[in-house]
Amino acid sequence: MAEPNKIIMLDEGWSTINQGITKLINILEKIPGESQFDSNKIHERYEETFENYLRSRFLPAIHEKHGVFMMREFVERWSRHNVMVRWLSRFFYYLDRYYIARGSLPKLEDTGINCFHIIVHESLKVQVTNVVITLINRERDGDEIDRTMLKNALENFDGGLDCYVDDFETAFLNDTADYCSRKASLWIQEDSCPEYMIKAEELLKREKHSVSNYLHSSTEEKLLEKVQHHLLLDNAQLFEKEHSGCHGDDKTEDLERMYRLFYNIRNGLDPISTAFKQHVTSEVTTKNKDKVAVAMQEQAFVRRVIELHGKYYAYVYVTISFKKDNLFHKALKEAFEVFCNKKVGDSLVAELLSTFSDGILGKVGAMRNWVMMPLRKPLTRLYACFLLDDKDLFAGFCKKKLARRLLFDKNSTDDDHERSFLSKLKQQYGAQFTSKMEGMINDLEIASDTQNIYKVDYTNKYDYTSNDIDFNVTIKKNRKLTFLYSMGSCNGTGKFQKKPIELIVSTHQAVVLKDSFSLNVEFTDKMRRIKIPLPPVDEKKNVIEDVDKDRRYTIDASIVRIMKARKVLQYNNLVTACVEQLSRMFKPYFKSIKKRNTDLISREFLEREEGSPNTVGYLA
Amino acid sequence: MIRRSSTKKTGTTNPSASADLSRTASGKAVTKELERIGQLFNSYSNRATNMIEPEGIEALCSDLGVDHTDVRILMLAWKMKSEKQGYFTLDEWRVGLKSLHADTIAKLKKALMDLENEVRKPSNFLDFYSYAFRYCLTEEKQKSIDTESICELLDLVLGSQFSHQVGSLVEYLKCQNDYKVINMDQWMGFFRFCKEISFPDLKNYDPDLAWPLILDNFVDWMKVQKS
Repeated sequence: MAEPNKIIMLDEGWSTINQGITKLINILEKIPGESQFDSNKIHERYEETFENYLRSRFLPAIHEKHGVFMMREFVERWSRHNVMVRWLSRFFYYLDRYYIARGSLPKLEDTGINCFHIIVHESLKVQVTNVVITLINRERDGDEIDRTMLKNALENFDGGLDCYVDDFETAFLNDTADYCSRKASLWIQEDSCPEYMIKAEELLKREKHSVSNYLHSSTEEKLLEKVQHHLLLDNAQLFEKEHSGCHGDDKTEDLERMYRLFYNIRNGLDPISTAFKQHVTSEVTTKNKDKVAVAMQEQAFVRRVIELHGKYYAYVYVTISFKKDNLFHKALKEAFEVFCNKKVGDSLVAELLSTFSDGILGKVGAMRNWVMMPLRKPLTRLYACFLLDDKDLFAGFCKKKLARRLLFDKNSTDDDHERSFLSKLKQQYGAQFTSKMEGMINDLEIASDTQNIYKVDYTNKYDYTSNDIDFNVTIKKNRKLTFLYSMGSCNGTGKFQKKPIELIVSTHQAVVLKDSFSLNVEFTDKMRRIKIPLPPVDEKKNVIEDVDKDRRYTIDASIVRIMKARKVLQYNNLVTACVEQLSRMFKPYFKSIKKRNTDLISREFLEREEGSPNTVGYLA
Repeated sequence: MIRRSSTKKTGTTNPSASADLSRTASGKAVTKELERIGQLFNSYSNRATNMIEPEGIEALCSDLGVDHTDVRILMLAWKMKSEKQGYFTLDEWRVGLKSLHADTIAKLKKALMDLENEVRKPSNFLDFYSYAFRYCLTEEKQKSIDTESICELLDLVLGSQFSHQVGSLVEYLKCQNDYKVINMDQWMGFFRFCKEISFPDLKNYDPDLAWPLILDNFVDWMKVQKS
């Protein structure tokens, strides 16, 4: 190679080139004694040239400088090196075309870049990476940096994605993780949850931006994942500490942001939905604990629950906070499930709920059309928010209430409303749930039809009041007619000193009145007719007992059904299958399943398998 | 179902057993042994019913020098595959005494000593244990036994082997009000409990397994007692 400072004169240069041309002509003229160039040696020299250049010029120049200046020098020289590679490879172009192609060796350009990689990159990669990361961090803290230089510096890592990933990306991602953790632990002390979320979103946006400016596009996914992980996921305390801040009322914007942030993270929404669920559960429970439970005002209680449900329902569905995400739908459902299956004071939610619907239906009937609309609305919403485990228990209460409505408020009940109420129940809980109640309404309808037929056909022949029963019995042979004497009532007149008062008493009370007792003759009241109320019967206990009895048969049937299909089954699996099958109606206790199971064993429907007492077999 | 299968079994084995007897009766010694066993039967049986009845059993017990409530008498009954409590038929007597190789009272007395060892073998004991329950079912279609008798029976068959467990179980059965009778499944459960569960810490008891409910309750009761 010539000395750099010495200018080569044209003649001097031309004579060198002329030697080459002469050699070329000799080869073409096939003059003997002229050998061809040894391509192998030229190729070696080509490589040596780069090695010498890089070692003697490039590296020393870089080592003199530090930090950003080193980097600038590096980028500058890197682009120079590229020019040199381009020129020299043109120079020896014929090597590329023939020698290299034939021997399938690396191309001249690649060799040039490769030399750079082995000599410069290997010795400088740690320093360059450090500077790049320092610069990126400076930008994160708000400084202006030379992005083009950064981009160019990173280009030399592009000798293959492998070395980009190994030499730069890994270190960069680790640093990012540290950075995010630092930020996270700082923010979590200073900021409320919504503020935290705002900052987190900004940071994410910035990082995304930096990728498009100077990083390789393949880094984006990994980078964002790191940021999200350290900023959002690793912060369980975020929800513990501040969840009230996030779920506070009417902060849909914050909620939306939070949803947006976590949406892209795998399982990222899980902790939010859990927090949401906890929040709703505690909110609903505390808001209903104090007053209502004590006062037992089921009306107020149910209304409040519906209101709360409406509010959270809006978060999930109406406003777009949670974008109708299934996860949140589930969380909301589960939160209300938890609440609905707790006791409220002394009463079961199933009981309160049935009393509430009873009140509404009674009123709907009583007031007919003019106040009906506003009352109907709560009923529609009612069953969406009351998610009971013990649906059969609720059905039990409803049945009792319906029977009473049908028997006593005969004038005020409205079949259409009862039917629409039932159809709603049917929608929510299934046909099994309402079949008995539908039967009750149908029975009444049939009864009144029968009565009409009877009246038309027989009025002339008989005095129908005395033969009513015979007639009914003949028409409904497969039905049993039971008289509930206790449901009857009796009007008596009490001759008190001041004025006579009509007393309406139940059959039982009337019987008691025949006993001897002392009378308070001075009793009086402004009413002329008084309905004497019955001492409160423990209806709840009856219903629960009835339902319990039904459950026994239901569990038996379920176990037998499962065993019939499976023949032999591990006891645990039987229990699981049974719970699953029955969950539509109620949540069976493990103990009751066990009890029914042992009972079925002793009744020889099932047997324990010989040698493995935890396996049950079906006896056909 | 154990009961059902076993009635089937006894139903089928009895005829074949007697066929066996008539076939081998060609051997003189056997004939003589059978004769002596028959004579021994006659000395205790009621001629009219051709069975050894409760009085006969009492006489037999006093000749053997054991109490009639002794577990060995129950074991003898098991050996005979006796069906009805307090009664031995001729067939049962023959089956039992022949397999014990006993044709005199003295031999029977001796055999009775060895019988206990035989019964306590694990391969036999489960059968004996379930037999003990069935033997106490005296009425037609009876499937369960009152807790009071169960307590005695437990003590009789398991008392020597699992005295602590039996002691606690009996105490529990006597103070609880949920169960008036015990069925076969529960009875078999007791034995499995004694065999498998470390006592008295109960640490390997898992109520989620298919233990009869009465044992869940017993374990709960034990825990309350302890605390």
